[in-house]
Amino acid sequence: MKQALENIRQTAATLLAQADSEAALEELRVRFLGKKGEVTAILKQMGKLSAEERPLIGALANEVRSEIDEEIRRRSKELADAALNARLAAETIDVTLPGTPVAQGKRHPFQQVLDELKQIFLGMGFEVKAGPEVELDHYNFEMLNMPKSHPARDTQDTFYITENVLLRTQTSPMQIRTMEAQKPPIRIICPGRVYRSDAVDATHSPIFHQIEGLVVDEGITFTDLKGTLEAFIKKLYGENTKVRFRPHHFPYTEPSAEMDMSCFKCGGKGCPMCKGEGWIEILGCGMVHPKVLENCGIDSERYTGFAFGIGLERIAMMRYGIDDMRLLYENDLRFLKQF
Amino acid sequence: MKLPLNWVRDYAKIETTPHEYAEKMTMSGSKVECWECEADHIKNVVIGRITSLEHHPDSDHLWVCGVDVGEAAPLQIVTGAQNLKVGDLCPVALDGSELPGGVKIHRGKLRGVESNGMLCSLSELGLTTHDFPNAIEDGIMVLDEEVPVGTDATRALGMDDVSVEFEITPNRPDCLSIRGLARESAATYGVPFEDHTPPMPQGEGDINDWLSVRISAPLCSRYVAAMVTNVRVAPSPRWMRERLRLCGVRPINNIVDITNYVMLEYGHPMHAFDYAYVGGNQIHVRNAEDGEKIVTLDGVERGLDSSMMVIADEKAPIAIAGVMGGEFSGVYDSTKTIVFEGACFDGPSVRVTAKKVGLRTEASGRYEKGLNPENCLPAICRALELVRELDAGDIIGGVIDVYPHPRTERQLPLRADVINHLLGTQVPEREMVEILKPLGFGILGETDGARTVVVPTDRYDVERDCDLAEEVCRYVGYNKVPSTIMKGIATARPTERQNFHDKMIEALIGYGLYECETFSFYSRKAWDNINLPENDPLRRAVVIMNPLGEDTSIMRTTAVPSLLEVVARNYNARLPEAALFENPTEYIPGESADELPTEREKLILALYGGRYDYLALKGMVEGLLTTAGIKGARFVRNSTGTTYHPGRCADIMLGEVCLGTIGEIHPTVLANYGIKPRTWVADLSFDLLFEHRGGTPEFTPLPKHPAITRDLALVADEAVPAAEIAARIEQGAGSLLESLSLFDIYRGENLGAGKKSLAYSLVLRNPDRTLTDEEADAAISRILNLLAEIDVVIRS
Repeated sequence: MKQALENIRQTAATLLAQADSEAALEELRVRFLGKKGEVTAILKQMGKLSAEERPLIGALANEVRSEIDEEIRRRSKELADAALNARLAAETIDVTLPGTPVAQGKRHPFQQVLDELKQIFLGMGFEVKAGPEVELDHYNFEMLNMPKSHPARDTQDTFYITENVLLRTQTSPMQIRTMEAQKPPIRIICPGRVYRSDAVDATHSPIFHQIEGLVVDEGITFTDLKGTLEAFIKKLYGENTKVRFRPHHFPYTEPSAEMDMSCFKCGGKGCPMCKGEGWIEILGCGMVHPKVLENCGIDSERYTGFAFGIGLERIAMMRYGIDDMRLLYENDLRFLKQF
Repeated sequence: MKLPLNWVRDYAKIETTPHEYAEKMTMSGSKVECWECEADHIKNVVIGRITSLEHHPDSDHLWVCGVDVGEAAPLQIVTGAQNLKVGDLCPVALDGSELPGGVKIHRGKLRGVESNGMLCSLSELGLTTHDFPNAIEDGIMVLDEEVPVGTDATRALGMDDVSVEFEITPNRPDCLSIRGLARESAATYGVPFEDHTPPMPQGEGDINDWLSVRISAPLCSRYVAAMVTNVRVAPSPRWMRERLRLCGVRPINNIVDITNYVMLEYGHPMHAFDYAYVGGNQIHVRNAEDGEKIVTLDGVERGLDSSMMVIADEKAPIAIAGVMGGEFSGVYDSTKTIVFEGACFDGPSVRVTAKKVGLRTEASGRYEKGLNPENCLPAICRALELVRELDAGDIIGGVIDVYPHPRTERQLPLRADVINHLLGTQVPEREMVEILKPLGFGILGETDGARTVVVPTDRYDVERDCDLAEEVCRYVGYNKVPSTIMKGIATARPTERQNFHDKMIEALIGYGLYECETFSFYSRKAWDNINLPENDPLRRAVVIMNPLGEDTSIMRTTAVPSLLEVVARNYNARLPEAALFENPTEYIPGESADELPTEREKLILALYGGRYDYLALKGMVEGLLTTAGIKGARFVRNSTGTTYHPGRCADIMLGEVCLGTIGEIHPTVLANYGIKPRTWVADLSFDLLFEHRGGTPEFTPLPKHPAITRDLALVADEAVPAAEIAARIEQGAGSLLESLSLFDIYRGENLGAGKKSLAYSLVLRNPDRTLTDEEADAAISRILNLLAEIDVVIRS
C-alpha cells in the first residue's frame, strides 16, 4: 500500500508537469483526488490495515494528497499567469498615437482677460455692473462735468444718434447711473463696449472695451486709490510689478492721474515693448470730482471716492503679444484657437 | 506744445539734460511726449572760409575750392555750386560727417580731383529760406554774419537747442505758453521764476486820433488795440527765427513773427490788421448778422450767423473772432500802418463757431480752452516792445483797452485738513504754502487754518479744494505719498444673471464652440444679405448720425449677419469646419429717436463643415436648455422664415414664448456671403433663457426596484413628426416611463413610399415596487392605441 502511494506520487508528479491546460489539470485532479480517484481509493482501504500500520499509511496518504493538491494549484496559477502575460503581450499598442480629439471650444482672448480682471475685483469687494451702450449725452458727458462746450469732448470723437443720444465713448456714465441708483458705500466695476470714431487700423478700432471702476465712501483717499490699483496690477502681473502715478487731467476726477506699470517684458530696463522707457501706461484714474458727486445728490463734504478706467484690448494684446487690434474682431479660428 | 529749452531759460535758470527734464516735468504734471535736438542729426559739420576758387580741370561746371576750417592747411573740396566767391563763410561737412536724413559724407574723388568733404546748402542741413532769408535755395549756404572758422555749424547756425514737446491737457491753457511752462519748470526745479513785465509803450501821438474800438458782443470780455506806423517789413532777426522754428512755426516777416512769438510766449493769440483795410477807422466786436459772409485769409468764402462773433469795421466783418482774419487782414509789403489786436473771446463760443465754419486754427484751439483776459494788455505791450527792439516801425502813443468783463482773482480758503483728508496725507499747511507760492498763487494770512489762497487769473481751472489738493499732491510727488488699503468691509458676489451667463458660456465652450466678438454696427445691406423681408420690424434700427462709413452706420437689430460674416471669413481662409458662437447685444429702437433703445442680449451659434448637421446643433441647443434648467421646450417647424431653409428650421417654443430659432441657413443667403458649405445657426434670446431658467434641482432617490426595457419599431408616414410620436409614447406610458430614446431611423422599399420606421427604446419602472411584465404590456398596448390614432403601427 505504501508502494502504491509512492507510485501515485510519482505518476502524478510526471503527469502534472506535462499538463498544459486548465482542463488537463482538472482531469488529473479527478483521477487522483476525486471521489473515485486513486488516492481516495487507497484511503477507502485503510480499514484493512493493522492498528500499527494505519497511522503511518494514513499520514502518508494525506501527505500525497496534499502534495498533489498543492501542485495542481501551483500549476494552475502558473498557467493562468502565462496566459495573462501572453494576452498582455498581444495587447501592446502604440502609446504615441494621437489622442482622439474632444470638442473643446474657447472663450475669446479678451473675454479670458476680462474674466480674470473681474475675479480680481470681485475678490477686492467690487460688484460687476453693466450699462447701456447707446447712452444719453447727459450721462456720458454732462453729468461727468463735460458740458456741451467742453474742449475735452474733442478728444473723444463721438458717434451721435441724435443731439442727445450717442454711443458711449467711455464706461464712465455707469458711475453716474450707479450713484443715482445706490447710496454709498459703492464699490463697482463696469466692463463694456465703448465707441469712438477712429478708423480701423492696427492700433485703433471704433469699438473697444473698457472697465470702469468706482469707489465712493466716507474717508476714501488718494492713497487708497493708489493702494487699490497697485494691488490690482500686482494680482494681474505678479508681486514684483512696480507702478507709478503721473499727474493727468480728466474733467470728472480731481486730482487725476495716469498709472504706469513697470514693463513686464524687460522688468523696467527698457525694451521695444515699452519703447525703451521701462514703463507702460496702463490706466487713467483720479478722485471723483466733487461736482460729479453733487450732480448725483451725494454730499461731497461727507463722501469722497475714486474712479478708474482700464482699456481691455491693450491688456489682452500685451498679454498675448498680439500686434494688430483687427485680429481681435476678425474671429479667424486659427487665431481664436491660440489662446 | 513745443518748447525750446533755451527760451525757458529766459525765465528760469535751470541746468538739466533733456532726459532728466522730461522725467521731472512729466512727474510734476506737464507730460513730455518727446524731445528733439536738430544738432543730433548733424555731426562733424563746421564753418569754413573759401580761400581759393578754381575751375575743375576736367569739368566746365565744377569748382575746386580751398577751404579754411581752422586747420594748418586749407582743405581741398570740389563743389558744383556757382554762387561762391573767395572770402565766403559756409558750412562744411568734413570727412566722416553726418547730415539730416542719415546722409554720410566721406572723402572721395570727383572727376579725378580729390575732395575732402562737402560744402552744404540750406536743404542739406534741413533748413529753408524761411529760417535764413538771405541765403539761397539753389546753391551753397553763405553766412551773412562773421563766425570764427572751425566753429561747429549747429552752434553757429543756432541748431543746437533742444525742443521739448509737451502734451498739454485741456484744463491748462496757461501751459500752452513759454511763460506758463517756465513757471512749472521753475517750480519743478525749485529755482525762481523770473517773470518779465513789458513796460507800457511810449510812442508818438495818440492812438485815439487814429482808431476807435467798440464791443457789442456780450461774449467778448476784453479788446486791446495798439498801433504801429511806418512799418518796416523785413525778416526778423535770427534769434527770433530760431525760436519760432524750434516751436514748429515758420518765420514769415518781422510783424507776423512778432505776433507768433508773443502768442507762444504768452499763450495768447494776436492779430495784426492792415490799418488801410479797417474801414471808417473803427473796430466793432459784434455778433454777425445771419447771412453775412466773409472771405477768410485762406481765400474761402464763409457764411456767418448771429451766434458767431466777428471783428468788423464800419461796414463788414474783417475777421471771425478768435478763429481767422479776413482776406485783407494780413500784413503785406505795402502795409504802412498796422493795428495789433489782443482780445479775449468766450471759449465755448469760439469752439462752436470754429466747428460751424469748419476751421480749426491755432488761435481757435487756444481760445476754446478759455483764455485769461488779464493777459491781453501784457501781450500787446510785449509785442510793442519787440517792435521797438526789432525797429519794425514807429509806435503810436497809447493803447485802446475796452474791458467790459474784468476777470477777478478767485480767492479760496486754504483748508489743509480737507486737502489732507482727500489725499490721505499729513502735509503741513506751511508746506502747502511753499508749494503754491512758486506756482503763482497768492497767500493771504499768516496763521494756520486761517489762510486764503489767491488764485492767479490764468489758473481759472483751480476752483475748489480738490484742485488745490492736486497742486499740492503733484509737487509733494504722486509717488511720494503712500499707498493704503481701503478701510471698511465690502462683500461682493456675482449676480444671479452673471452666474447664469457664465454657466451658459461654459456649456457652449464644452460643446466645442469658439467665442467671437464682432462689431455692433453694420450696413443696411446686412439685412438684405439675410433676406430679411422689406417690412420686417428688424429693419427699424438705431442710426448713427456721423458714421465712419455706410458699412458701420446702423446699430445691429440682429447679430445673425455678424456671425455669417465670421463664417464666410473662416470659409474663405479654407478652414474645413468651424463651430462658433457670440454673446452679442442687439439694439431695438424705442418709439422716438431720443429714447434709448432696448439692448437685448443673445446667444448665437453657428456651425459648418463635415461633422455638423442640424441635429448636431439641435443637440447643443437641447444641452443649453438642460443647463438652463428649462423643461418642456418644443421645436416647432417654421417654414415661413426667409433666412433659413424652409424645410429645416424650427422655433424653440416654451409655451407661447419663442426662446429662439434654429435652422439651416437658406442657400440664397449663403450665396450672398459666398459660403459654399451648409451652415447651421441657432439664434437664442439670452434674456428669455434667463427669465425662464429653472431653479435649484431637487434630488430624486436612486431606483430600488428593477426596470423593464421594451423596444418598439414603428412605421409612420413621413409627415408625422417624431415629436408627435414621442409625445404619444410619453402619454401612454405615463409615470412608468423613465426614459425614451430613438435609436434608429429607417427608410426602405419594403416599407412603401412615404413611410419611415422609427425604433425606440423605452425604460419602464415603478419606483415603489417591482414592475410586472403584465403592467409593462398594458403600458405598451396603451401606447400602441394612441399611436394607431395617427396611423403609426408596429413594424411587422
